[in-house]
Order: sequence, then structure tokens, then C-alpha cells
Amino acid sequence: MALDPAVRSAFEQVLEPRDVISDPVGCRAYECDGLTGYRVTPELVLLPRDAAQVAAAVAVCAEHRVPFVARGAGTGLSGGALPVAEGVVISLARLKRVLEVDPVNRRAVVEPGVTNLEITAAASPHGLYYAPDPSSQQVCTIGGNVAENSGGAHCLKYGFTTNHVYSAEVVLPDGSVVTLGTDTGEQAGPDLRGVFLGSEGTLGITTKITVKLLRTPETVRTLLADFPSVRAAGDVVSDIVSAGIVPAAVEMMDTLAIEAAEEAVHAGYTVGVPAALVVELDGPVEECDSQFEQVKAICEKHGCTRLHIAGSPEERAAIWRGRKAAFAAVGRISPDYFVQDGVVPRTRLAEVLDRIAELGRDAGIRVANVFHAGDGNLHPLVLYSAALGETERAEKLSGEIAELCVEFGGSLSGEHGIGTDKACSMPKMFTEDDLAVMQRVRDAFDGHNICNPGKVLPTPRLCGERPGKYEPHPLEESGVIERL
Amino acid sequence: MTTPAGSAESKLPQTAPSSFDDHHPPERELLDDCVHCGFCLPTCPTYQLWGEEMDSPRGRIYLMDLASKGEITLEGSFQEHMDACLGCMACVTACPSGVQYDKLLESVRPQIERNVERDRSDQLFRDAIFALFPYKRRLRAAALPGALYQKLRTVPAIRKLAEKLPGRLAAMESLLPPVSVREAFARLPVFTPAVGSRRGRVALLSGCVQDVFFHRVNEATVRVLAAEGYDVLVPRDQQCCGALELHAGREAPALERAKREIGVFETLDVDSIVTNVAGCGSSMKEYGHLFADDPAWADRAAAFSARVRDVHEVLADGEPRAERHPVRGRVAYHDACHLGHAQKVRAQPRAVLRSIPDLELVDLPETELCCGSAGIYNMIAPEAAGELGARKAANVRSVNPDVIVTANPGCLLQIGKHLGADIPLLHPVQLLDASIRGVAVPRT
Repeated sequence: MALDPAVRSAFEQVLEPRDVISDPVGCRAYECDGLTGYRVTPELVLLPRDAAQVAAAVAVCAEHRVPFVARGAGTGLSGGALPVAEGVVISLARLKRVLEVDPVNRRAVVEPGVTNLEITAAASPHGLYYAPDPSSQQVCTIGGNVAENSGGAHCLKYGFTTNHVYSAEVVLPDGSVVTLGTDTGEQAGPDLRGVFLGSEGTLGITTKITVKLLRTPETVRTLLADFPSVRAAGDVVSDIVSAGIVPAAVEMMDTLAIEAAEEAVHAGYTVGVPAALVVELDGPVEECDSQFEQVKAICEKHGCTRLHIAGSPEERAAIWRGRKAAFAAVGRISPDYFVQDGVVPRTRLAEVLDRIAELGRDAGIRVANVFHAGDGNLHPLVLYSAALGETERAEKLSGEIAELCVEFGGSLSGEHGIGTDKACSMPKMFTEDDLAVMQRVRDAFDGHNICNPGKVLPTPRLCGERPGKYEPHPLEESGVIERL
Repeated sequence: MTTPAGSAESKLPQTAPSSFDDHHPPERELLDDCVHCGFCLPTCPTYQLWGEEMDSPRGRIYLMDLASKGEITLEGSFQEHMDACLGCMACVTACPSGVQYDKLLESVRPQIERNVERDRSDQLFRDAIFALFPYKRRLRAAALPGALYQKLRTVPAIRKLAEKLPGRLAAMESLLPPVSVREAFARLPVFTPAVGSRRGRVALLSGCVQDVFFHRVNEATVRVLAAEGYDVLVPRDQQCCGALELHAGREAPALERAKREIGVFETLDVDSIVTNVAGCGSSMKEYGHLFADDPAWADRAAAFSARVRDVHEVLADGEPRAERHPVRGRVAYHDACHLGHAQKVRAQPRAVLRSIPDLELVDLPETELCCGSAGIYNMIAPEAAGELGARKAANVRSVNPDVIVTANPGCLLQIGKHLGADIPLLHPVQLLDASIRGVAVPRT
């Protein structure tokens, strides 16, 4: 069923007509985000130019009960910006102004389409920066970061997006505009800002964000260390943390990931070593220096085969370029791959990695590992060739790895979100009561179920009820969800 | 539970015959290399301008994929979004997966030229451009003071267009500065011997636009190469290398030009075929790929391409030989897209400039972003090109340079148009030439 032409003209009333994309070819370019496995063509794509237009467009959606999906740069890896059939995509790509940088209060006010790295670029003349740094920071937008509560290599020390957002101006699903949070971060009453952060676009669209800026650390020390085994590298991570050191970042890559990254950006990684760690410390010079010596000693204790210390900002940038390009670079060593995102308790890292290697061997499938070792956020990359018919085996392995994370007391997702991809796995982590509460919160914001519907919480339609005989889903029976 | 990224079955199955014809359609493996990560978005000029997915590299590849599966036609929307691409290849630099967007675009553009009937005025305008630019004699006549408009009007296609397309014609006119009679008709010597002991022997592509509008750059190039110990040959019978046509998808005439250039240069006993134009260098380095499946030309083209080098690559080879005199001033270097992104020549021009004593070299903000020149782009899409040109000019002003240098005539014309006359715009070899000769830095 196509969208009512009256709705389209309603959008054309509140936006410039040329900012309402109805061309079927243009709309198809919005079918998917960074997760290409799921595709839905939207009826229209709206490209508002300011917050008022976003609110007006959402109001039209509310009036006509048209489902909408907000989209930033479309880099998400869980299908959170997957369009809805018979719905519209609201792109925030044109809301990209840095509205204010306030160096005295150390905060910046930005529009949602500003990229993560652009905030730091705007703040850096004042000796300030924006701390959360997802690997896609040069392209992902702050609006998307707020939706996903994004992390990054440095969230080990500095926390996730939620720790760096004071307030967000939000267009609620009925088109009204509210500000959640305050400019100081102190707030009486329930923390609605906290509810909104990480809600994956299901509670509204943020149109203005006030973020916290930090002082650029006095000094940064970065080292790249090679190890004879993944286990040895994992033990180093545990030892660093138990020594009371809080590194800014601890990242691990294994042989395959190193090979791919090195091929992509020539960052000076040693091709062929079983594991490499990137450890970064930052802070006051004296503290940094003394802890850096400790870290070096720990590396050596665990048989590190090469220790490369970044001697210049360029060398440091090269090390990070290698790490941050690793995901996409894996495309160079394998025709197809799955990106997994799970969390395990840090202390069990080495154990889990051995198990993953074992599972991979049993399945005859290669697994590359790139991850935030410091906080146990794993990103195993399951490499396979669809042409060679390995898809099913790879999918199974990827699922086993995720289950392994839950089995070890971890989580389904570290930072990529639940989105479309993992909605059906939510009952593995949460009880029916948990999910019922989440649904009630969502209903309070979005009574008509038009705001990114079908994401995060499992629905029978999404979660593969077999066609044929009707069997009520347990969540349906308990009144948590309804069949659409 | 799993995230397929770039997996084959996650892409659509072939549902209908491809919308591309059989002659070099975009290769399936190259299309499948794109994992849709979006790292290309920030450096894409059209995405920066419009924020629309279908005018981004990732979006364009997505549409190519749909067309190759017969899901969309080449006419209409697809063609518009491919036309809108500047071909700057910043996305190739940005891509972590090594997607060869350059090869994809290079195969898609001729498909459009062959299979899509353009709007009549668009077609006429494009025909007019290609009836003028690759021809030195016509360009010379057009470039004489006051002669351009008059001359253009004698081209029947343009006469019809004059009223229809005031924006495009104005853009074309404002980009082509009048040159002096002396410069327009000056010729480079066929042979210039190395100064002192000979280090090598090179042949120079004098170019079409370059030789008419920037003859002084060619002269400086010959002097600098000779001063650094190279014999310089400039074959008389050379013509346009075909870059403008190649990058616009006019494959057949571009290949003819390529064959002629190969014929002219291949018999010369030289170490390198040198060009001082980013766009020409990039296309001449592609000849080998272009003729790969033509048995009569494959080897000859590959041998030709293997010898092609940008002038900065030659100059940065080995230690400087001629004495450099100090040039005091702040010099901003602009990476021409076809040098930086397409040929990955970034360090060498900077090294050449750093060999000049007292020269302070600065980089521009948003250095990876195209200035909007992009071959014929600033003539066929003057609005978008104008926005990019203004943005580049603002970035230039922000570093407050005394001189700006770049190695492509298109960029020089485009940036000059938006920057005004107060900051001299030069080719890097002009600065080096002034330094070696110990003369004042020229104003143009």
C-alpha cells in the first residue's frame, strides 16, 4: 500500500518540496545502513534543514500515523536505521552546524548531523576535545551516537556517550519538542535524558545536543606490543587493570585483523604475529610516565616479542588508523564476513578467546578478532565465502560466539546496539518482566508505535513466527507485544 | 545474532538482465568490495554539499549494483547521480576496504554515454566542450583577448545554446582567462639538453589546455628538469592525451587519442614520460588498464603507462642538484585530486617545495576536498562547482598564504576564479624555477 498522496503534500508543505525525496531510485539508496543484510525501501526520504522542520515533519507523521525512522550517517551495524515499509526516513544529514563552543564551561552545542570528529575539531583550538571515539568517528554523527549510546576505544577510561551528553533537545513522536537533561548535568527528578540516551531512535529524534568537552590530556603515551599468543595478550590486559592502572584504551587485534589493517593503511603493525595490543595512557606527565613503565614491564613479563612506542603524534595516529580501519579492512582478506559484538567479563577474556578459536577450528571457519580488550567488548569477525557455500556454517558459528558471551556472564551487545539484528535475541538476556517494562516506557513516549517501530524489542513478525497455524508468542500472551 | 557485512547473499540476487551493456560493465567483484560502511561520506564533495545518500560514493555504488541487477534503468535518476559525481576519487583514498571506485566510475560513464540519450541542450553543450578543449588551435583562437565569446558563437552548437544556457556559458567564459598572443602561440623547444652531467632523459607532455593557458608552466618545467640534469624532449606531433574525454565517459575518442599519444612517445629513447598536469598523468597511467583486453594495444599501452611520471615524482627522485635561492613566504599547497587521490602523489610535491630555502609550506584545511574544477564539471554543473570553489577559496584564505600552488590547470583556473587576484596562484615548478634562477616569484 502506497503512502496517501495527501501525506506527501503535507510533508511538502512543511519542507521544501525538493527536500522530500519520492524518486524510487533515490529512496532505494536509503534501504539499509551499515548492516546490509536487511533492506526495506522507504516511501519517502525527508531531508529537513533545521530542527523546526524536523518537528514539523514528525508532527505530520503523528497526524497521519506514518511510521518514521531517523537516520544520521547510516553507519550503524545493527540495522537501527533500517527503514519501515510504508514509512518515511528522516535524514539528519543536513543538520550539521556546530552552534556553540563554550570553552569556559567546557561544552559545545551541536546539531545531530555533526560528525563525532567534527566536535573535536571545533573544540581543539581551545585545548578541548570530545572524548567518546567510536572507530567510525570520522563519519558517524553525534545524533547516531546519542541514539546508540556509542562507545569507542577510549570509553574504558572516559565512559560512553551518556557520560558526555548534558542535554538533548528532542522531538517526541507526537511532534512536540522537549529538552531532556540540563546544561550542568545536575537534574532533579527522573533521569529522562538517561532514558533517551541509547534508545536507538525509538523514543524520538534529537535535534540539538549539548556535549561535555574535556581538556586535551597533558600527555599521551601509546604503545603497540606484539605477543606470541592471544592468551598472553589477554593476560596482559588483566594484569594492567589489576595493577590499578586505568589506561585510556587497551585494544587487541589478532593475526588476521592485523594482516587486514596493515594491508589497508600500512600503519606499521607486524604481519604474522599471533596478537597485538595497543595500550594508551593519558594524563599528567609524571603519572603517565611511571604507569607507562609498569605497562612495559607487564608486557615483557608476558613474553612480548616487539614493543613499539609511538615517538610522535604521527606515529600515534598511524597506530590508531590501523586499529580503526580494521573492521572495514577485513573485506580485503575475506569475500564475506559477519561482525559480532558481544561483551565478556574482562577477567575471562583469555578463556573466551581460546574457546572462540576452538569453535572456529571445529567449524573450519576463520575468525579474526578486533576488540576493546580493556572492557571486554569483543568484535569477532567471522570470515567466510558465500560462493564456497560457507554461509550457514559461518552464521551458526557467529551465533555460537554470541551465546558464548552470554554463557560467560557477558552481554549480547557492547556498543553496536540491538536494532533489527538482535531484537529477537533480547529474550535470551531479559525476562518477560524486563521486556514488559521496556515496552511500557516506549509506549509512554510513542503511543502510536510510529517511532522506529520493530527495532530493539522483539515482535512476532520480526522474530520469525512460522506461517501457518497461529501460535501465540509468549510475549504476546503476557500482553507485552501485539501482533501487527 | 549476526551482522552480515558485505556478504554476497545479503546483496540482492540477480533478478533481471543487467541494465548495462556487455562492453566493460562495472565488475561484479568490484561492486561487492563495498561493505557500505560509509567512511567515504565525509570526503565526498557532493555528499558534503547536499547530504543525500544517492549522491555519495556508497550510494552511487549501491545504484550501480541495482542497475547491474536490472532493478533500475540507466536513464533518469541513475544518470543524474552519476553525472553529479566530480570523479575526484577522494573516496578511493578514504575507503578502508580498498574499493576501486575509480574503475567503477570509469566503466559506468561510457555506459551512460552509449546507452542514454541526453537532453538535447545538455548534449549540445557537451559536444561544444569537446569540440573546443582538446584542440590547441581552437583553444588558442578562443583564448585571445575578446575573442572567446565571438569564437564560441561560430560553433553552431553553441550559437543555439547561447540563450538557453546562460549559466553554463557564463561559467565557461569566466573560467578561461584571456592570454597574450605571445604566450598562446609560443612553442617549447623540441630538445633541451641537461645542464651539467646528464642524470636522465625525459619526454614532456605539453598538453592542450596547459600549453595554451599555462605555457609559462611548461617553460618552467623544461628549465627545471634541465637544471636538475635531465635532457628534455618535447615531441611536436603530440596532441591531447584524452583525459577530459576519458573522465567524462567519451571512451571512443579518448582511446583514439591515447593510441596516438602512445604512438608518438613509445619510440622515444627516454626514461620517463613526464607530465605536469594531474589530470593528464592520471589518465596516461590508466592507458595500460584501458587497453588490457585489446591484444593489439595491451602491451604497448602497458609499457607506455609504466613510463609515465608526474614531474614531482621525477624531481623528488634523488638529491636536488641545482642551487636553490631562498624564496621567503608562506606557500599553501593544494592537492589536485587527480594527483593526490588518483595517483597518490602527495609527498613528492611537498618535498620539492621544501627543497627551497626559507619557504614556509602550509597545508589547507579540508585538503582532501575537491575545489570543484573536476575536468569539465565546473562548466556542466556551475552551481555545485561554484559552492565548492567558494569553500576552497575560504580554506585558502584561512591559512593566509602569500602564494598558493597546485599542479593542475583546472584547479588553477577554478581557484583563481573564486579567490580573486590578490593571492598569486602558481604551479609548484614555477616556484622552483624562480628559486633556481634566483628571480622574483611570478604573479601568474
